[in-house]
Amino acid sequence: MGLEEKLPNGILLATVEGLVNWTRKASLWPATFGLACCAIEMMTSGAPRYDLGRFGMEVFRPSPRQADLMIVAGRVTNKMAPVLRQIYDQMAEPRWVLAMGVCASSGGMFNNYAVVQGVDHVVPVDMYLPGCPPRPEMLIDAILKLHQKIQHEPLGPVRAELAAERRAQGEKLELLPSSVKYGRES
Amino acid sequence: MTDIDRGLDPAASDPAASDPFGASSRETTEGTVYTVTGGDWDELLGETTGDERIVINMGPQHPSTHGVLRLVLEISGETVTDCRLVIGYLHTGIEKNCEYRTWTQGVTFVTRADYLSPLFTETAYCMSTERLLGIEVPTRAQVVRVLLMEINRIGSHLVALATGGMELGALTGMTNGFREREEVLHLLEFLTGLRMNHAFIRPGGVVQDLPEGAEKRILEFCDVMDSRLPGFHQLLTGNAIWQQRLVGIGYLPLDGCLSLGVTGPILRSAGLAWDLRKVDPYLGYEQYDFEVPVDNAADSFARYKLRVEEMHQSLRIIRQAVEALEPGPTMVEDAKIAWPAKLSIGADGMGNSLEHVRKIMGQSMESLIHHFKLVTEGFKVPPGQAYVPIESPRGELGAHLVSDGGTRPLRVHLRDPSFVNLQAAPAMCEGGMVSDVIAALASLDPVMGGCDR
Repeated sequence: MGLEEKLPNGILLATVEGLVNWTRKASLWPATFGLACCAIEMMTSGAPRYDLGRFGMEVFRPSPRQADLMIVAGRVTNKMAPVLRQIYDQMAEPRWVLAMGVCASSGGMFNNYAVVQGVDHVVPVDMYLPGCPPRPEMLIDAILKLHQKIQHEPLGPVRAELAAERRAQGEKLELLPSSVKYGRES
Repeated sequence: MTDIDRGLDPAASDPAASDPFGASSRETTEGTVYTVTGGDWDELLGETTGDERIVINMGPQHPSTHGVLRLVLEISGETVTDCRLVIGYLHTGIEKNCEYRTWTQGVTFVTRADYLSPLFTETAYCMSTERLLGIEVPTRAQVVRVLLMEINRIGSHLVALATGGMELGALTGMTNGFREREEVLHLLEFLTGLRMNHAFIRPGGVVQDLPEGAEKRILEFCDVMDSRLPGFHQLLTGNAIWQQRLVGIGYLPLDGCLSLGVTGPILRSAGLAWDLRKVDPYLGYEQYDFEVPVDNAADSFARYKLRVEEMHQSLRIIRQAVEALEPGPTMVEDAKIAWPAKLSIGADGMGNSLEHVRKIMGQSMESLIHHFKLVTEGFKVPPGQAYVPIESPRGELGAHLVSDGGTRPLRVHLRDPSFVNLQAAPAMCEGGMVSDVIAALASLDPVMGGCDR
């Protein structure tokens, strides 16, 4: 049909977008942002039984500069929120945020003076994971769904086109960080 | 007037020293402040005098501070001269929330305080409530509580070893600890329905009887742990690096422990066999045959060894508790306190028993009213206050409850050992090396959820 039919053995064709996204999703390094109960389940996910290493994610980076994904595991308090934002700002683009557990997603059962009612008040969130705490299987499921999202992230000309559309609508977009999300059907 | 007085950088006015990577200094009321932007450390060190102090901030987002604890260390070279702790990064308002919920709902909140030993906080809270109510829980419920707590103690100590190992760089200790803890969690999930944050222990007893085949599963678990726990001795205890990191580190002698109110393995590592299960037995602990391991070294290594030994003792208690399990009620008979419906597993995974639903919906209006009142309003607790301490994996854990006679607590206070034990950290760390701060903190095993609540 096309060029790929005439290729010799051992040659694969792919888009740059697909390749780059594949490398991004296949070695997503999480930052250690454990706060409360969920942090224990997050560590369990990295431990032998659930073994996040199967998805190239066993390297939890304490340094935000080397991390792509912040798993906000636990209740974020008002005192912790500026720290969270600072860690997020220190992470290099492209970066993603996973709100693990109901407390990080929406404040959960702690609807009071101390707890931030959802971490999306502080940082943009890519994936919400319910549960109190979610089982490691649920965390892995959320991570795999996030992988799918990353795999279908528009890049290059497609991204520029989408950005141009948004600029045409009057939005001021100078840079195109990955935390600016485009709605594209996967 | 010099350049310094005008606030100008003296290096900036000197064209020869306008090296963008050069170090500068300025005088302040606090002393000379050096600003280092690059360059040769040897040159810089030659310029400085010996009276400098360096303040290092560790945390709250640091992989080795055991949660969201923040340390402000003043160091001279590699020696810590001053160690201050900043807590409150996980203050969740759990105690305050309890004041707006019924006594039964409070269990759901307190279980999330110390997330590594949820069943202990539940028990402390429920025992205080029961003392206020003046009720005694049935024998089977007491044995079930002991069983669950001792299983939980093993899980908590395993995390203490695992995270302690991870913080010191012994990553195999971490992976092994979490592998073993999975056994604990699988058993707890089978028994209570949840891996963590169980809310299984309720005022008046436990919410449900143990499932069928529980005894067999528990004994199998004991056998598995018996085969796995010696692995820690093979992996860590005799390990030269492990010993060098822990022996003589975090030293806190008995008088220090007593004056700081420290309890748990830290107190026992200093030579005092203070275990509330022995000195002030509750839930029938006096009928179990177990020992309280004690050490005299008062250092991190002694605490590590005590935790491993305590897990063995917990297994002893679990085996005896399984023997002591006899059929009977798991909730008080008083219908004004006990949850009206016995929960049962339905086709959807959980729910009320069909028999009960049939009764309240079709046969007895009074039962429906009673159910509704008890579930929505809760039961009344006589005015007064109560404090019942228990021995949690980290030390004395108690719930101080104050009631004004209503269906909600007037005040809930948790005396959490993590909070009290943490104040011993400066005494353990000051005068030692920076790397030993990690070892000392790991041996304290604070859980910030319990500390900040």
